[in-house]
Amino acid sequence: MPLDPAFTGRSYPPSQPYDVSREKIREFADAIGATSPAYRDAEAAKALGHRDVIAPPTFAIVVSMKTNETVMFDPELELDYSRVVHGDQSFTHHRPITAGDQLVCVAHIDAITSRMGNDMVTVRTEIGTVEGEPVTTARSMLVVRGEDA
Amino acid sequence: MTPKVVTEVGTELPALSVRLKRDDLVRYAGASLDFNPIHWNEKTAKDVGLPDVIAHGMLTMAVASRIVAEWIGDPGAIVEYGCRFGRPVVVPNDDEGALVDVTAKVTKDFEDGTVKVNINASFAGKSVLTGAFARVRVS
Repeated sequence: MPLDPAFTGRSYPPSQPYDVSREKIREFADAIGATSPAYRDAEAAKALGHRDVIAPPTFAIVVSMKTNETVMFDPELELDYSRVVHGDQSFTHHRPITAGDQLVCVAHIDAITSRMGNDMVTVRTEIGTVEGEPVTTARSMLVVRGEDA
Repeated sequence: MTPKVVTEVGTELPALSVRLKRDDLVRYAGASLDFNPIHWNEKTAKDVGLPDVIAHGMLTMAVASRIVAEWIGDPGAIVEYGCRFGRPVVVPNDDEGALVDVTAKVTKDFEDGTVKVNINASFAGKSVLTGAFARVRVS
């Protein structure tokens, strides 16, 4: 059954704050083989003008995961998770995610479209500090493969 | 901070080759909290019609971002990064794993202190990320 385009514009309540730690950043940097000292050494990060160690450009996916799951498992949306494929992803960083940040995510459904039997859902997650400073805008396009696709 | 590298349009970034093996996928699953079994369990992968276990698209995307971060020096200069997931990177259970080759080139000067870098990531001779790009602050 195709997704109802009427869900376009739907927004979700803010997430619980996510505490960004130096250790989680280091663990993520290790897992992607990234070598930059700015991910590991607070002094090196400060020399580049950052407050503390910063996170790699795709780390926001970890911060927003629970929020994206809220959308994916939204019972009203009736999205068949077993047919979901990650179509595309982008991040706009208003500033780098930095150790010590307490980040809140708010998800919005920006678009629901259908093409060749597949549904495409675009989810925009606005990530900002608990103080209200915008940090990252993450956009994910999920493809829900049709029954015959 | 002004980077120490040439950022003119047409500049090719130093190429990067990254080998992804099963343990890398397990490590990324743990670090990213994405435990979808198609990224570590052959049976599940084959049950859903994949040839074998595949790397997380987000791992390939993260690995490809390194070419820009390592070139520019300050990863905080990457103000935008995006791609489409074109093909999966298939990772067999052996010592070779899968080799992902990453190349990139400065393609546009936005004339606001940022440039566009187009990124190509390929596996077994075929592109795996489509339209991958980063917008990078250079001044």
